[in-house]
Amino acid sequence: MYNKGTIIPGLIIFVLFVTFPIWFNGLKAATVPKPELPPGGEKKCVESVEYMRANHMQLLNEWRDNVLRDGNRTVVTVEGKDYRKGLQQACMQCHSNKEKFCDSCHTYAAVKPYCWDCHLSPKEAVSKEETH
Amino acid sequence: MAVPKLEQLSKSVVQGPSLVTGAVPTKDWMDVPAIFKPGNYAYPAKQEKVEYLNSQKDLNFPNAREWSPEDDDWKLPEGWQDIILKGLKERLDKFRSLKIFMDCCVRCGACADKCHFFLGTGDPKNMPVLRAELLRSVYRNEFTIGGKILGKMAGGREMTVGVLKEWFMYSYQCTECRRCSVFCPYGIDTAEVTMMLRELLHLVGVGINWILEPASNSNRTGNHMGLQPHTFKDNVDFLAEDVENLTGIKINHSFNRKGAEFLFITPSADVFAEPGLYTAMGYLLLFEHIGLDYTWSTYASEGGNFGLFTNNELMKKLNGKMYAEAKRLGVKSIIGGECGHMWRVVHQYMDTMNGPADFLEVPKSPITGTTFNNAASTKMVHISEFTADLIKNNKLKLDKSRNSHVKATFHDSCNPARAMGLMDEPRYILDHVVDWVEMPENTIREKTFCCGSGTGLNTDEIMELRMRAGLPRANAVKHVIDKHDVNTLSTVCAIDRATLTSLMNYWNPGCNVAGVSELVGNALVMDGENRQELDEGLRTLV
Amino acid sequence: MKYAFSFLAVIALILIAGLGSQVPGMQYLFGIVIPYLAIMLFVGGFVYRVIQWAKSPVPFSIPTTCGQGASLDFIKQDKLDCPTKTSEVVARMFLEIFLFRSLFRNTKSELHDGPKITYESSKWLWLFALLFHYSFLLIVIRHMRLFVDPIPFWLSAIESVDSMLQIGAPTLYLSSLALLGGIVLLFGRRLINPQVRYISLNNDYFPLVLIFAIAVTGILMRYFLRTNIDIVNIKNLAMGLVTFSPVINVKIGAIFYIHLFLVSTLLAYFPFSKLMHMGGVFMSPTRNMANDSRAKRHINPWNDPTIKPHSYAGYEDEFREFMVDAGIPVEKELSATKDEA
Repeated sequence: MYNKGTIIPGLIIFVLFVTFPIWFNGLKAATVPKPELPPGGEKKCVESVEYMRANHMQLLNEWRDNVLRDGNRTVVTVEGKDYRKGLQQACMQCHSNKEKFCDSCHTYAAVKPYCWDCHLSPKEAVSKEETH
Repeated sequence: MAVPKLEQLSKSVVQGPSLVTGAVPTKDWMDVPAIFKPGNYAYPAKQEKVEYLNSQKDLNFPNAREWSPEDDDWKLPEGWQDIILKGLKERLDKFRSLKIFMDCCVRCGACADKCHFFLGTGDPKNMPVLRAELLRSVYRNEFTIGGKILGKMAGGREMTVGVLKEWFMYSYQCTECRRCSVFCPYGIDTAEVTMMLRELLHLVGVGINWILEPASNSNRTGNHMGLQPHTFKDNVDFLAEDVENLTGIKINHSFNRKGAEFLFITPSADVFAEPGLYTAMGYLLLFEHIGLDYTWSTYASEGGNFGLFTNNELMKKLNGKMYAEAKRLGVKSIIGGECGHMWRVVHQYMDTMNGPADFLEVPKSPITGTTFNNAASTKMVHISEFTADLIKNNKLKLDKSRNSHVKATFHDSCNPARAMGLMDEPRYILDHVVDWVEMPENTIREKTFCCGSGTGLNTDEIMELRMRAGLPRANAVKHVIDKHDVNTLSTVCAIDRATLTSLMNYWNPGCNVAGVSELVGNALVMDGENRQELDEGLRTLV
Repeated sequence: MKYAFSFLAVIALILIAGLGSQVPGMQYLFGIVIPYLAIMLFVGGFVYRVIQWAKSPVPFSIPTTCGQGASLDFIKQDKLDCPTKTSEVVARMFLEIFLFRSLFRNTKSELHDGPKITYESSKWLWLFALLFHYSFLLIVIRHMRLFVDPIPFWLSAIESVDSMLQIGAPTLYLSSLALLGGIVLLFGRRLINPQVRYISLNNDYFPLVLIFAIAVTGILMRYFLRTNIDIVNIKNLAMGLVTFSPVINVKIGAIFYIHLFLVSTLLAYFPFSKLMHMGGVFMSPTRNMANDSRAKRHINPWNDPTIKPHSYAGYEDEFREFMVDAGIPVEKELSATKDEA
């Protein structure tokens, strides 16, 4: 006997599984996120754009370890400008809008950084101060 | 062939070169040729037997000739490679199992130490995976893209005389017991592979006499032993007389009787040789006890079917007699005696090959009224099912003490256990007729070990091989002999009754082999009996 | 030294992709053309192979019964190991496919002086296999975040669980470690166990080495060789592939192309190798059939109804005299046959 009745549905299920992204997206590619440039017009960061795009998470991790675990709060100086090692104290001073900067890519790539378990975005920080 | 002394073989299996104990051959398995010497092969089929089979309508046994495995030249027919490869292609198209089993093995090795032949011989090619690789390597080379392009690099191998010789050697060192299949994550069944190898070998006239002679006998006279009708009848009559001498009970049995309710078919070995004879006496007593309306047949006087060990067509042709005779005699249904491979054929093949048996009725016990719905289509019930039902319904007068000379254990035969699922019926019967114990857990039920001589390998010229292959079974029996003073190995298989006897005589002298129905016969209390002191049950000499 | 060949082959693949992808314009080959070809070969090849199997019938009902079958009312059936109903077969298959139940049975035999053979439960292979297959599955599923938008919640959930230890940035995935562990254990087993070593072919080492290299390049890309590894660009390429509008307009690190090329190789190799056990496990007749062949007739499409047994008439003709002498009933009496003659 040939079991057509089981094998054909089985194969259809297999193909559906394998092609999941094709039918799930319905052939519509998501728009590539364009993180908002600093509203203040700053052009310089601690590293190049390419470096920051690929490695910012490692840099932040390094800073966190320096500051919190080793108590090393040396200031990073790039082209005469001083940056304190910290998400809120450095990065978010320029990139002040978390939703339009951080979240745009993180949501797209399904990354859930746990920065915000402790840190507050500038907006949240403001609202928190107001309530006190 | 002289069999080595027990001490010698005991040492040799443990200390000899064996992959079981970790001695790894230095050469790759593809570079190790099969070498035949007296004692390591079963004799080739006699030319006249092959010619007889080939002369039968529907059968194809070409290239009959005199040849010897020890010769370099096996006198293979012209173009034999093509014959084999065409035969393989044809079988790939006929059996999905073969295709899947050729393609899916990942060589995880789970099967390796499950084979009794491997445990006993330590020969790497007796690991089920390598046995299958013998065929798989040729399959890859000829039928897969990877093998065609990469050849040996992708595990492919040309079909050479050397490969053919390996096939012959190792397809006749496999008893199609299916133990490996229990452990395989894909259920790859080496029995299927061995069957295909044997079929292919028959295409070029390579087969063994111990299988083809009984098969041709069975075709002609109705049974493996070649007993002609009058001799078959005489044998059963003698057994009936023996029963009468022992118990004072006159047995009413009949042959080829039209209109009987049941046709009873059992392996002919049961009416021909010890210790099967006692099992047959058990049947006679049991049927007398309940007054069953049944008949024996001299035409379908063989339960066994050596076609299963040969090829599909022969299996079908031999099996066809069961239904043909049931129809001719006009019986309602069939009862089958204790046999292993017979029940593989009846349970998994018969209805498909020779059914539908719409001229029969669903087996129903006339004594208890139980309908055997598990045999609703095939219409053939196993004697253990039939007997267990009688016991459950208190229809048998049993005196367990009549088996007080017996301390039994139970050997699950490969086919009832792994191709039928018949495990607890015989146990239920044993519980009621004898004091018995189980062998260790990993050697019983679906994990049971073969007697080592099934599938037509119970021939004397390979006795050493048989004793090696039977070692795992014998070893488990020894365990319960030592621990529980077991003196009887009971079983529901005719081949077992013959082969386990040799095996016990060799490894565990003093341990008897008995059919379950023999033990039932021992324990039966018959109306109007005039029973002598039977110290050894039906075996007692009077 | 069969495994050495597999290492060489994989190193060659790595070099091809590592060097090739750096040639201007070749990114399209490695990033778009080859992945498309690979997935087509995978899906097409897989379906083709299954259909090829399906074209051969299952002529006989040949389940391996691993427990008591259904018979008398008072005999307890082992419904899982000796199923008769479809639901029971499905349960058996489910446990086989998802929990590798047959491997769970595995025993190790040892031969001691005496001789004495012992059998011990041995679950290592089962454990290694589970570790390997499930971590691989998890990793494949996890990668879907690069192919879909918006991300379904279950995908994020899997991702969170897999990275729950919050080690490093990007966070460490447990499944990566499990996969590497699984491969090393399975590979080690092939080398160390003499029986398995003796049966292993190139066909067995190559996929292991290839998957090992895929895992290692993935890990290197995520944690170490991050130059030009911007997840947004990679997802953009991946989304382009699955929406049939692929573009590559930025530089992506060579490690990415190596990883992708190895995955493509695996996909293309899959249908032509033993990896097809993924499909085969569903179709093995010894596992996926009900043990009901005496209750229901199984049909063999090539059954030859012309094959008949040696006829009773022929038998009686040969032995009639003996039968009559022995008092066995016959169809034609002796005198009748003599008259005919």
